[in-house]
Amino acid sequence: MEEIITLDYGSGGKKTSSLIEELLLPNFNNSELNELMDGAILESKGRIAFSTDSFVVSPYFFPGGDIGKLSICGTVNDLLMCGAIPKYLSLSFIIEEGFKIEHLKKIVNSISETAKKCDVKIVTGDTKVVEKGKGDGIYINTSGIGFMEIEGYAKTRINDGDVVIVTGNVGDHGVAVMSARNGFFLDTDLKSDCMPLIDLAKTIFKYGNNVKIMRDPTRGGLATTLNEFVEGTDLSIELIEKDIPIAQNVLTACEILGIDPLYSANEGKIVLVAAKEIAENLLNDIKNLPEGRNASIIGRVTSNYKGLVVLKTPIGGSRILNKLTGAQLPRIC
Amino acid sequence: MQLKINPNDIKDIVEFINNYDKKTIKIMEVCGTHTMAIAKSGIKTILPENIKLISGPGCPVCVTAINRIDEVLALSQNPKVLIATFGDMFKVPGSRPGVNLASLKSMGAKIEMIYSAMDALLIAENNPEYEVVFLGIGFETTAPGTAVAIKEAKERNIKNFSVFSMHKFVEPALRVLLDSKEIEIDAFICPGHVSTILGIKGFKFLADEYKKPSVISGFEPEDILTAIYKIIMQIEKNTAIVENEYLRIVNLDGNKFAQKFIEDVFEPVDDVWRGLGVIPRSGMGIKDIYSDFDTVKRFDIKLNFEDKVTICKCGDIIKGKIEPKECSLFAKICSPENPIGPCMVSSEGACAAYYKYLRF
Repeated sequence: MEEIITLDYGSGGKKTSSLIEELLLPNFNNSELNELMDGAILESKGRIAFSTDSFVVSPYFFPGGDIGKLSICGTVNDLLMCGAIPKYLSLSFIIEEGFKIEHLKKIVNSISETAKKCDVKIVTGDTKVVEKGKGDGIYINTSGIGFMEIEGYAKTRINDGDVVIVTGNVGDHGVAVMSARNGFFLDTDLKSDCMPLIDLAKTIFKYGNNVKIMRDPTRGGLATTLNEFVEGTDLSIELIEKDIPIAQNVLTACEILGIDPLYSANEGKIVLVAAKEIAENLLNDIKNLPEGRNASIIGRVTSNYKGLVVLKTPIGGSRILNKLTGAQLPRIC
Repeated sequence: MQLKINPNDIKDIVEFINNYDKKTIKIMEVCGTHTMAIAKSGIKTILPENIKLISGPGCPVCVTAINRIDEVLALSQNPKVLIATFGDMFKVPGSRPGVNLASLKSMGAKIEMIYSAMDALLIAENNPEYEVVFLGIGFETTAPGTAVAIKEAKERNIKNFSVFSMHKFVEPALRVLLDSKEIEIDAFICPGHVSTILGIKGFKFLADEYKKPSVISGFEPEDILTAIYKIIMQIEKNTAIVENEYLRIVNLDGNKFAQKFIEDVFEPVDDVWRGLGVIPRSGMGIKDIYSDFDTVKRFDIKLNFEDKVTICKCGDIIKGKIEPKECSLFAKICSPENPIGPCMVSSEGACAAYYKYLRF
């Protein structure tokens, strides 16, 4: 019979220990975790950034990633967007009874690989098991600490004339998950862009305060993030629609699914506002990284429309881009 | 006005339309997908003041009477019923403020969002303990899909599947609008998807009987701009014909296969439209031979045909009498987060289009 998670695994007893010792410790081997205390005791220097995120994506395996990879990238990327280099993570599972151990192994494996890639240590964690029907397979929470590398990213520093850059094709993650959930387009190469943004962020950090603000446009997509940049200010962002990079297969899928790629989540992209003097150089540096090859200047900050994001369409018309209202896609991260 | 224009060059067309100042022309775009495409592509922002685009009654969710929404919401409270619906219906409010399928789902009603009627059939097969009700919404475009599902259910003897048919024919509503003379319409952009099914001949009555220049258009901005250009040309030449701009999809006779499915399963019945009231023979009722799959009969629902007045002006917007911003609720208490009427809920609704794209 296939090995599955039972309530015993979350009881805190023998089964819990076996899960920790046989599956988790060997994967996340580090001195802080190996102590198996109630919490981790950590080295630090100066100011830190602290972030948390929960992951409930359905399905938990999707083209281009899985809930494990996502749970590391999510928190790591949030720390990077604060201007910090991620160092330590906590990792908590809530698993539904009946979950296949083989699936858990696959997820743990992908957590371990992604954490290694990001050079972060998983230093504390927890596992709970809930009764069959009280969860949806597996939920993960990660929290993370990063050491501040650069401070001061803020929307108050955005000025008229600044330039908006996105580091690659938008909308991939949301569309890939949505398709996987519905069993659509399985024979296509639609893939989530889920990845750690470490190299991109480090490149951007080099430009210091010439970069005004940056964000990874996850839920709500590019449109929602850009609205957050100018909302409540006297400035507007004017985007050139034809300059926004979107993969053809994403466009096609969006048309069929009736969703807008500008509102579809990304898990491996950065959108930033930078001073125009350095914009071209920064763009070239980003383009030199494999994950930044499709980067593009997509618009400018103006004071033509107060607090709005406005899109210039290819036929010469314009329209506003609001924040996402309601849920475009359920449970994508 | 530019004299030499290359009708294949969109830049020329944009410039021509932009500079056209000879006549005032009111064009109705019948289809909600056109309404959305027009707003999204910014076409409204490049039209001169004398060319007006009016949204027509072609958003299926918007024209669904509030009584039907109430009847669906009531049905969802039956613990044996699982409602399968297109996403657009999720947030349409009924008579009680704040109550919609989404809110009832949060409170435990069984409601699934699907992409086709066949998905609903599959849900029925996999969940024999539930009575699966598919909400049949839409015009001649979605009705064939529903018809296929009903036929298949009968062939495969699936007993726990039925359709709440709110499907409608486009033509009777357009005739009502034109006959009532409540609004002036000079020309029509005909719905591309419906034309795929009905063919060019499905809209000949607009030109032959009502003398309105009409162009069947696709949904790309270039299609719609070309349609507007062709309408201006017809008006300038004082002709009224149905032109087909959507050549890559639409032909003279349409999709006879799909038409046959509609004829096999549905028959014209009187139906109530939001804002337009009861229109004779405008609804698609399920024929008696398929009555086992008719939700209304199966659950003995007493359909209410009153066209209830609602506090929002969706009715007038559907008729093209007013623009969304002329409704006193628009963007004040009615927004996509808190929609009062279906024109704000539907992804094809005129209010949603304005709110989303044109509220500069």
